[in-house]
Amino acid sequence: MQNFDFVKPSSVAEAVAALAKSGAQALSGGQTLTPTMKQRLATPDVLVSLTGIAELKGVKQNGGVLWVGAATPHVQVAKEAAAVFAGLAGLAGGIGDPAVRNRGTIGGSIANNDPAACYPSAVLGSGATVITNKRRIAADDYFTGMFSTALAEGEIVTAVEFPIPKRSAYAKFNQPASRFALTGVFVSQATDGSVRVAVTGASNNGVFRWKAAEAALTANFSASALVGLTVDATDMIGDLHGTAAYRANLVKVMTGRAVTSSR
Amino acid sequence: MTKVTMTVNGKSVSAETEGRTLLSSYLREGLGLTGTHIGCDTSQCGACVVHIDGVAVKSCSVFAQDVAGSKVTTIEGMANADGSLGVIQQAFQDHHGLQCGFCTPGMVMSSAALLANNPKPTEADVRHGLEGNICRCTGYHNIVKAVMAASGQDVAAVAAE
Repeated sequence: MQNFDFVKPSSVAEAVAALAKSGAQALSGGQTLTPTMKQRLATPDVLVSLTGIAELKGVKQNGGVLWVGAATPHVQVAKEAAAVFAGLAGLAGGIGDPAVRNRGTIGGSIANNDPAACYPSAVLGSGATVITNKRRIAADDYFTGMFSTALAEGEIVTAVEFPIPKRSAYAKFNQPASRFALTGVFVSQATDGSVRVAVTGASNNGVFRWKAAEAALTANFSASALVGLTVDATDMIGDLHGTAAYRANLVKVMTGRAVTSSR
Repeated sequence: MTKVTMTVNGKSVSAETEGRTLLSSYLREGLGLTGTHIGCDTSQCGACVVHIDGVAVKSCSVFAQDVAGSKVTTIEGMANADGSLGVIQQAFQDHHGLQCGFCTPGMVMSSAALLANNPKPTEADVRHGLEGNICRCTGYHNIVKAVMAASGQDVAAVAAE
Protein backbone atom coordinates (compact mmCIF):
# COMPACT_ATOMS: atom_id res chain seq x y z
CA MET A 1 0.00 0.00 0.00
CA GLN A 2 1.07 3.61 -0.37
CA ASN A 3 2.94 5.06 2.55
CA PHE A 4 1.51 7.66 4.94
CA ASP A 5 2.31 9.39 8.20
CA PHE A 6 0.89 7.60 11.21
CA VAL A 7 -0.26 9.59 14.21
CA LYS A 8 -1.84 8.32 17.41
CA PRO A 9 -3.46 11.08 19.47
CA SER A 10 -4.60 10.46 23.03
CA SER A 11 -7.64 12.76 23.05
CA VAL A 12 -10.54 13.59 20.75
CA ALA A 13 -9.36 17.22 20.56
CA GLU A 14 -5.92 16.12 19.32
CA ALA A 15 -7.52 13.72 16.84
CA VAL A 16 -9.78 16.47 15.44
CA ALA A 17 -6.73 18.73 15.03
CA ALA A 18 -4.81 15.95 13.26
CA LEU A 19 -7.74 15.23 10.94
CA ALA A 20 -7.82 18.87 9.82
CA LYS A 21 -4.68 18.21 7.76
CA SER A 22 -5.07 17.61 4.05
CA GLY A 23 -5.38 13.93 3.16
CA ALA A 24 -5.96 12.84 6.75
CA GLN A 25 -8.12 9.80 7.47
CA ALA A 26 -9.33 8.41 10.79
CA LEU A 27 -8.44 4.79 11.64
CA SER A 28 -10.33 2.83 14.24
CA GLY A 29 -9.96 -0.96 14.47
CA GLY A 30 -8.80 -1.11 10.87
CA GLN A 31 -10.59 -4.32 9.97
CA THR A 32 -12.08 -2.71 6.88
CA LEU A 33 -9.83 0.27 6.24
CA THR A 34 -6.55 -1.69 6.26
CA PRO A 35 -7.64 -4.13 3.52
CA THR A 36 -9.14 -1.17 1.63
CA MET A 37 -5.79 0.63 1.75
CA LYS A 38 -3.97 -2.48 0.54
CA GLN A 39 -6.17 -2.39 -2.54
CA ARG A 40 -5.40 1.32 -2.88
CA LEU A 41 -9.08 2.15 -2.71
CA ALA A 42 -8.07 4.51 0.10
CA THR A 43 -4.74 6.33 -0.04
CA PRO A 44 -4.52 8.69 2.93
CA ASP A 45 -1.52 10.95 3.46
CA VAL A 46 -1.99 10.89 7.21
CA LEU A 47 -3.62 8.10 9.19
CA VAL A 48 -5.01 9.21 12.54
CA SER A 49 -5.45 6.28 14.90
CA LEU A 50 -8.35 6.53 17.34
CA THR A 51 -7.31 3.42 19.27
CA GLY A 52 -5.36 5.29 21.96
CA ILE A 53 -8.20 7.56 23.12
CA ALA A 54 -9.60 6.34 26.43
CA GLU A 55 -12.68 8.60 26.30
CA LEU A 56 -13.89 6.74 23.18
CA LYS A 57 -14.06 3.34 24.87
CA GLY A 58 -16.54 1.59 27.11
CA VAL A 59 -20.12 0.43 27.56
CA LYS A 60 -22.18 2.28 30.18
CA GLN A 61 -25.81 2.09 31.22
CA ASN A 62 -27.55 5.28 32.31
CA GLY A 63 -31.14 4.40 33.19
CA GLY A 64 -32.84 3.42 29.95
CA VAL A 65 -29.89 4.36 27.75
CA LEU A 66 -26.85 2.31 26.80
CA TRP A 67 -23.81 4.41 25.89
CA VAL A 68 -21.22 2.68 23.72
CA GLY A 69 -17.96 4.47 23.03
CA ALA A 70 -17.09 4.62 19.35
CA ALA A 71 -13.73 2.83 19.73
CA THR A 72 -15.18 -0.04 21.75
CA PRO A 73 -14.41 -3.36 20.07
CA HIS A 74 -17.22 -5.74 19.16
CA VAL A 75 -16.05 -8.36 21.68
CA GLN A 76 -16.59 -5.92 24.54
CA VAL A 77 -20.08 -4.93 23.39
CA ALA A 78 -20.99 -8.61 22.99
CA LYS A 79 -20.02 -9.20 26.60
CA GLU A 80 -21.03 -6.02 28.39
CA ALA A 81 -24.34 -5.35 26.63
CA ALA A 82 -25.60 -8.93 27.01
CA ALA A 83 -27.49 -8.46 30.28
CA VAL A 84 -29.49 -5.40 29.21
CA PHE A 85 -29.62 -5.39 25.40
CA ALA A 86 -29.57 -8.92 23.98
CA GLY A 87 -30.10 -7.89 20.37
CA LEU A 88 -27.10 -5.56 20.34
CA ALA A 89 -24.87 -8.03 22.16
CA GLY A 90 -25.89 -10.83 19.82
CA LEU A 91 -25.16 -8.70 16.77
CA ALA A 92 -21.74 -7.66 18.08
CA GLY A 93 -20.87 -11.26 18.92
CA GLY A 94 -21.65 -12.41 15.38
CA ILE A 95 -19.61 -9.91 13.37
CA GLY A 96 -16.79 -11.43 11.32
CA ASP A 97 -14.78 -13.82 13.44
CA PRO A 98 -13.15 -13.66 16.89
CA ALA A 99 -10.00 -11.84 15.75
CA VAL A 100 -12.05 -9.27 13.84
CA ARG A 101 -14.30 -8.76 16.88
CA ASN A 102 -11.26 -8.16 19.07
CA ARG A 103 -10.18 -5.26 16.91
CA GLY A 104 -13.15 -3.85 14.95
CA THR A 105 -15.22 -1.08 16.52
CA ILE A 106 -18.77 0.24 16.37
CA GLY A 107 -17.61 3.72 15.41
CA GLY A 108 -15.56 2.39 12.52
CA SER A 109 -18.47 0.32 11.30
CA ILE A 110 -21.03 3.10 11.25
CA ALA A 111 -18.61 5.74 9.94
CA ASN A 112 -17.93 3.49 6.95
CA ASN A 113 -21.59 2.41 6.54
CA ASP A 114 -20.84 -0.60 4.39
CA PRO A 115 -24.18 -1.73 2.88
CA ALA A 116 -23.58 -5.23 4.30
CA ALA A 117 -22.22 -4.27 7.73
CA CYS A 118 -24.14 -5.42 10.79
CA TYR A 119 -23.95 -2.43 13.15
CA PRO A 120 -25.88 0.12 11.05
CA SER A 121 -28.98 -2.07 11.43
CA ALA A 122 -28.74 -1.97 15.23
CA VAL A 123 -28.31 1.80 15.28
CA LEU A 124 -31.20 2.42 12.89
CA GLY A 125 -33.29 -0.47 14.20
CA SER A 126 -33.30 0.79 17.75
CA GLY A 127 -33.58 4.50 17.01
CA ALA A 128 -30.18 5.25 18.51
CA THR A 129 -28.39 8.59 18.54
CA VAL A 130 -24.95 8.97 16.96
CA ILE A 131 -22.77 11.35 18.95
CA THR A 132 -19.87 13.13 17.28
CA ASN A 133 -17.32 15.67 18.41
CA LYS A 134 -19.72 18.34 17.12
CA ARG A 135 -23.32 17.20 17.57
CA ARG A 136 -25.92 14.51 18.17
CA ILE A 137 -27.45 12.90 15.08
CA ALA A 138 -30.62 10.76 15.12
CA ALA A 139 -30.09 7.42 13.39
CA ASP A 140 -32.84 8.28 10.90
CA ASP A 141 -30.77 11.27 9.74
CA TYR A 142 -27.35 9.64 9.98
CA PHE A 143 -27.35 6.92 7.30
CA THR A 144 -27.62 8.57 3.90
CA GLY A 145 -26.92 5.74 1.48
CA MET A 146 -24.29 3.15 0.60
CA PHE A 147 -20.95 4.15 2.24
CA SER A 148 -22.52 7.53 2.97
CA THR A 149 -23.36 9.22 6.27
CA ALA A 150 -24.27 12.63 7.63
CA LEU A 151 -20.72 13.05 8.97
CA ALA A 152 -18.92 16.16 7.78
CA GLU A 153 -15.26 16.22 6.75
CA GLY A 154 -13.08 15.70 9.83
CA GLU A 155 -16.05 14.90 12.10
CA ILE A 156 -15.51 11.94 14.43
CA VAL A 157 -18.13 9.59 15.85
CA THR A 158 -17.43 9.53 19.59
CA ALA A 159 -20.25 7.31 20.86
CA VAL A 160 -23.65 5.82 20.14
CA GLU A 161 -26.50 6.09 22.64
CA PHE A 162 -29.06 3.32 22.38
CA PRO A 163 -32.47 3.50 24.02
CA ILE A 164 -32.66 0.07 25.69
CA PRO A 165 -35.64 -1.73 24.13
CA LYS A 166 -38.06 -4.09 25.84
CA ARG A 167 -36.86 -6.85 23.53
CA SER A 168 -34.74 -7.13 20.42
CA ALA A 169 -32.79 -9.47 18.17
CA TYR A 170 -30.60 -9.47 15.11
CA ALA A 171 -30.93 -12.27 12.56
CA LYS A 172 -28.17 -12.51 9.97
CA PHE A 173 -28.00 -14.67 6.89
CA ASN A 174 -24.23 -14.98 6.56
CA GLN A 175 -22.31 -14.69 3.34
CA PRO A 176 -20.09 -17.58 4.42
CA ALA A 177 -16.81 -16.43 2.86
CA SER A 178 -16.82 -12.81 4.00
CA ARG A 179 -19.04 -13.33 7.07
CA PHE A 180 -20.79 -10.08 6.16
CA ALA A 181 -24.59 -10.09 6.06
CA LEU A 182 -26.06 -11.36 2.82
CA THR A 183 -29.12 -9.96 4.54
CA GLY A 184 -29.43 -9.08 8.21
CA VAL A 185 -32.43 -7.73 10.08
CA PHE A 186 -32.48 -5.97 13.44
CA VAL A 187 -35.83 -5.87 15.21
CA SER A 188 -36.56 -4.02 18.44
CA GLN A 189 -39.68 -3.39 20.45
CA ALA A 190 -39.38 -0.25 22.57
CA THR A 191 -40.77 0.06 26.09
CA ASP A 192 -43.80 1.90 24.63
CA GLY A 193 -44.53 -1.08 22.35
CA SER A 194 -43.44 0.56 19.09
CA VAL A 195 -41.35 -1.64 16.80
CA ARG A 196 -38.44 -0.82 14.53
CA VAL A 197 -37.16 -3.08 11.77
CA ALA A 198 -33.85 -2.23 10.06
CA VAL A 199 -32.40 -4.22 7.18
CA THR A 200 -28.75 -4.44 6.14
CA GLY A 201 -27.03 -6.27 3.29
CA ALA A 202 -30.05 -6.17 1.00
CA SER A 203 -30.44 -2.71 -0.49
CA ASN A 204 -28.41 -0.72 -2.98
CA ASN A 205 -29.11 2.26 -0.73
CA GLY A 206 -27.59 0.69 2.38
CA VAL A 207 -29.40 0.08 5.64
CA PHE A 208 -33.13 0.91 5.61
CA ARG A 209 -36.25 0.62 7.76
CA TRP A 210 -38.98 -1.77 6.62
CA LYS A 211 -41.87 0.38 7.74
CA ALA A 212 -44.70 -1.95 6.66
CA ALA A 213 -43.27 -4.61 8.96
CA GLU A 214 -42.87 -2.09 11.76
CA ALA A 215 -46.58 -1.24 11.60
CA ALA A 216 -47.62 -4.88 11.45
CA LEU A 217 -45.35 -5.86 14.34
CA THR A 218 -46.39 -2.90 16.48
CA ALA A 219 -49.97 -4.22 16.22
CA ASN A 220 -48.94 -7.85 16.75
CA PHE A 221 -45.36 -8.73 17.71
CA SER A 222 -45.27 -12.12 16.07
CA ALA A 223 -43.71 -13.56 12.92
CA SER A 224 -47.24 -14.41 11.78
CA ALA A 225 -47.93 -10.66 11.46
CA LEU A 226 -45.56 -10.62 8.45
CA VAL A 227 -47.39 -13.27 6.42
CA GLY A 228 -49.30 -10.91 4.13
CA LEU A 229 -46.37 -8.52 3.54
CA THR A 230 -44.13 -8.42 0.50
CA VAL A 231 -40.80 -6.67 -0.03
CA ASP A 232 -40.19 -4.75 -3.24
CA ALA A 233 -37.08 -6.13 -4.98
CA THR A 234 -36.55 -3.03 -7.15
CA ASP A 235 -33.69 -1.50 -5.13
CA MET A 236 -32.25 -4.76 -3.78
CA ILE A 237 -28.67 -5.85 -4.40
CA GLY A 238 -28.28 -8.59 -6.98
CA ASP A 239 -24.88 -10.30 -7.30
CA LEU A 240 -23.33 -13.74 -7.63
CA HIS A 241 -24.36 -14.57 -4.06
CA GLY A 242 -28.05 -13.91 -4.61
CA THR A 243 -30.50 -12.13 -6.89
CA ALA A 244 -32.49 -9.07 -5.88
CA ALA A 245 -35.61 -11.23 -5.55
CA TYR A 246 -33.71 -13.67 -3.33
CA ARG A 247 -32.63 -10.87 -1.03
CA ALA A 248 -36.13 -9.40 -0.95
CA ASN A 249 -37.40 -12.77 0.24
CA LEU A 250 -34.59 -13.00 2.78
CA VAL A 251 -35.69 -9.69 4.28
CA LYS A 252 -39.02 -11.22 5.22
CA VAL A 253 -37.54 -14.52 6.37
CA MET A 254 -34.87 -12.91 8.55
CA THR A 255 -37.37 -10.41 10.00
CA GLY A 256 -39.51 -13.34 11.11
CA ARG A 257 -36.51 -15.08 12.66
CA ALA A 258 -35.50 -11.91 14.49
CA VAL A 259 -39.01 -11.45 15.88
CA THR A 260 -39.17 -15.05 17.06
CA SER A 261 -35.78 -14.89 18.77
CA SER A 262 -36.31 -11.43 20.35
CA ARG A 263 -35.66 -11.23 24.05
CA MET B 1 11.32 5.79 9.39
CA THR B 2 10.12 5.51 12.97
CA LYS B 3 11.58 3.14 15.51
CA VAL B 4 8.88 1.01 17.12
CA THR B 5 9.51 -0.79 20.39
CA MET B 6 7.30 -3.48 21.84
CA THR B 7 7.59 -6.64 23.89
CA VAL B 8 7.51 -9.76 21.75
CA ASN B 9 7.46 -13.16 23.44
CA GLY B 10 8.67 -11.56 26.65
CA LYS B 11 11.61 -9.67 25.16
CA SER B 12 11.81 -5.96 24.48
CA VAL B 13 12.48 -5.51 20.78
CA SER B 14 12.58 -2.66 18.31
CA ALA B 15 12.73 -2.17 14.56
CA GLU B 16 12.43 0.68 12.09
CA THR B 17 9.01 1.11 10.50
CA GLU B 18 7.16 3.19 7.96
CA GLY B 19 3.61 4.30 8.67
CA ARG B 20 2.37 1.51 6.42
CA THR B 21 4.41 -1.24 8.09
CA LEU B 22 1.99 -3.93 9.20
CA LEU B 23 2.56 -5.84 12.41
CA SER B 24 2.98 -9.00 10.31
CA SER B 25 5.82 -7.34 8.34
CA TYR B 26 7.36 -5.92 11.52
CA LEU B 27 7.51 -9.42 13.02
CA ARG B 28 8.70 -11.22 9.90
CA GLU B 29 10.99 -8.67 8.26
CA GLY B 30 11.90 -6.44 11.19
CA LEU B 31 12.49 -9.16 13.76
CA GLY B 32 12.99 -12.27 11.59
CA LEU B 33 10.11 -14.07 13.34
CA THR B 34 8.82 -15.87 10.28
CA GLY B 35 6.58 -18.27 12.19
CA THR B 36 3.75 -15.78 11.72
CA HIS B 37 2.51 -16.59 8.23
CA ILE B 38 0.89 -14.30 5.70
CA GLY B 39 -1.76 -16.23 3.82
CA CYS B 40 -4.34 -14.00 2.20
CA ASP B 41 -3.12 -10.57 3.37
CA THR B 42 -6.77 -9.48 3.27
CA SER B 43 -7.73 -10.42 6.86
CA GLN B 44 -9.75 -13.43 5.75
CA CYS B 45 -7.58 -16.46 6.48
CA GLY B 46 -6.18 -16.09 9.99
CA ALA B 47 -2.71 -17.51 9.28
CA CYS B 48 -1.16 -14.33 10.73
CA VAL B 49 -3.00 -14.36 14.07
CA VAL B 50 -0.88 -13.26 17.04
CA HIS B 51 -1.84 -12.04 20.50
CA ILE B 52 -1.65 -8.35 21.33
CA ASP B 53 -1.92 -7.82 25.09
CA GLY B 54 -3.45 -11.27 25.33
CA VAL B 55 -6.04 -10.77 22.59
CA ALA B 56 -6.00 -12.64 19.25
CA VAL B 57 -5.74 -10.34 16.24
CA LYS B 58 -4.82 -10.64 12.59
CA SER B 59 -1.38 -9.09 12.39
CA CYS B 60 -1.78 -8.30 8.68
CA SER B 61 -4.54 -5.84 9.56
CA VAL B 62 -2.81 -3.89 12.32
CA PHE B 63 -0.13 -1.24 11.82
CA ALA B 64 3.05 -1.72 13.82
CA GLN B 65 3.04 1.90 14.97
CA ASP B 66 -0.50 1.46 16.32
CA VAL B 67 0.62 -1.22 18.76
CA ALA B 68 3.96 0.27 19.85
CA GLY B 69 4.54 -0.56 23.51
CA SER B 70 2.22 -3.58 23.46
CA LYS B 71 2.98 -7.11 24.59
CA VAL B 72 2.84 -9.40 21.57
CA THR B 73 2.96 -13.19 21.56
CA THR B 74 3.69 -15.10 18.37
CA ILE B 75 3.92 -18.79 17.58
CA GLU B 76 7.61 -18.61 18.52
CA GLY B 77 6.48 -17.77 22.05
CA MET B 78 4.26 -20.84 22.43
CA ALA B 79 6.94 -23.45 23.15
CA ASN B 80 7.93 -24.33 26.69
CA ALA B 81 10.99 -22.69 28.23
CA ASP B 82 13.11 -25.78 27.51
CA GLY B 83 12.19 -25.63 23.82
CA SER B 84 9.74 -28.54 23.90
CA LEU B 85 6.32 -28.06 22.33
CA GLY B 86 3.65 -26.31 24.38
CA VAL B 87 0.44 -28.14 25.27
CA ILE B 88 -1.51 -26.92 22.24
CA GLN B 89 1.38 -27.49 19.84
CA GLN B 90 1.88 -31.00 21.19
CA ALA B 91 -1.83 -31.74 20.79
CA PHE B 92 -1.65 -30.61 17.15
CA GLN B 93 1.23 -33.05 16.61
CA ASP B 94 -0.42 -35.90 18.52
CA HIS B 95 -3.71 -35.59 16.65
CA HIS B 96 -2.21 -34.69 13.29
CA GLY B 97 -3.93 -31.30 13.38
CA LEU B 98 -2.15 -30.16 10.24
CA GLN B 99 -1.56 -31.24 6.69
CA CYS B 100 0.65 -28.73 4.86
CA GLY B 101 1.07 -26.75 8.08
CA PHE B 102 0.78 -23.27 6.59
CA CYS B 103 -2.27 -22.31 8.64
CA THR B 104 -0.96 -23.93 11.82
CA PRO B 105 0.63 -20.89 13.52
CA GLY B 106 -2.64 -18.96 13.28
CA MET B 107 -4.65 -22.02 14.31
CA VAL B 108 -2.49 -22.47 17.41
CA MET B 109 -2.69 -18.79 18.35
CA SER B 110 -6.47 -18.64 17.87
CA SER B 111 -6.83 -21.90 19.81
CA ALA B 112 -4.75 -20.53 22.68
CA ALA B 113 -6.96 -17.43 22.87
CA LEU B 114 -10.08 -19.59 22.69
CA LEU B 115 -8.90 -21.85 25.52
CA ALA B 116 -7.85 -18.89 27.66
CA ASN B 117 -11.45 -17.61 27.52
CA ASN B 118 -13.15 -21.00 27.55
CA PRO B 119 -10.96 -23.73 29.11
CA LYS B 120 -13.44 -26.58 28.47
CA PRO B 121 -15.06 -25.75 25.12
CA THR B 122 -17.57 -27.94 23.37
CA GLU B 123 -16.77 -29.12 19.86
CA ALA B 124 -19.17 -26.45 18.56
CA ASP B 125 -17.37 -23.78 20.60
CA VAL B 126 -14.09 -24.80 18.96
CA ARG B 127 -15.53 -24.73 15.46
CA HIS B 128 -17.07 -21.28 16.06
CA GLY B 129 -13.92 -20.06 17.78
CA LEU B 130 -11.79 -21.01 14.78
CA GLU B 131 -14.22 -19.48 12.29
CA GLY B 132 -11.63 -16.90 11.25
CA ASN B 133 -8.92 -19.45 10.51
CA ILE B 134 -9.00 -21.17 7.16
CA CYS B 135 -7.21 -24.47 6.47
CA ARG B 136 -6.93 -24.85 2.71
CA CYS B 137 -6.12 -28.56 3.15
CA THR B 138 -9.51 -28.79 4.94
CA GLY B 139 -7.90 -30.59 7.87
CA TYR B 140 -10.49 -29.25 10.27
CA HIS B 141 -11.56 -32.46 12.02
CA ASN B 142 -8.12 -33.17 13.40
CA ILE B 143 -7.58 -29.52 14.29
CA VAL B 144 -10.77 -29.60 16.35
CA LYS B 145 -9.62 -32.85 17.94
CA ALA B 146 -6.29 -31.29 18.83
CA VAL B 147 -7.94 -28.31 20.51
CA MET B 148 -10.31 -30.56 22.44
CA ALA B 149 -7.34 -32.69 23.53
CA ALA B 150 -5.37 -29.60 24.55
CA SER B 151 -8.28 -28.68 26.82
CA GLY B 152 -7.92 -32.06 28.55
CA GLN B 153 -11.11 -33.51 27.08
CA ASP B 154 -11.77 -36.90 25.55
CA VAL B 155 -11.53 -36.70 21.77
CA ALA B 156 -12.89 -40.17 20.97
CA ALA B 157 -16.32 -38.73 20.12
CA VAL B 158 -15.12 -35.67 18.18
CA ALA B 159 -16.25 -35.33 14.57
CA ALA B 160 -16.78 -37.88 11.87
CA GLU B 161 -13.69 -38.58 9.80
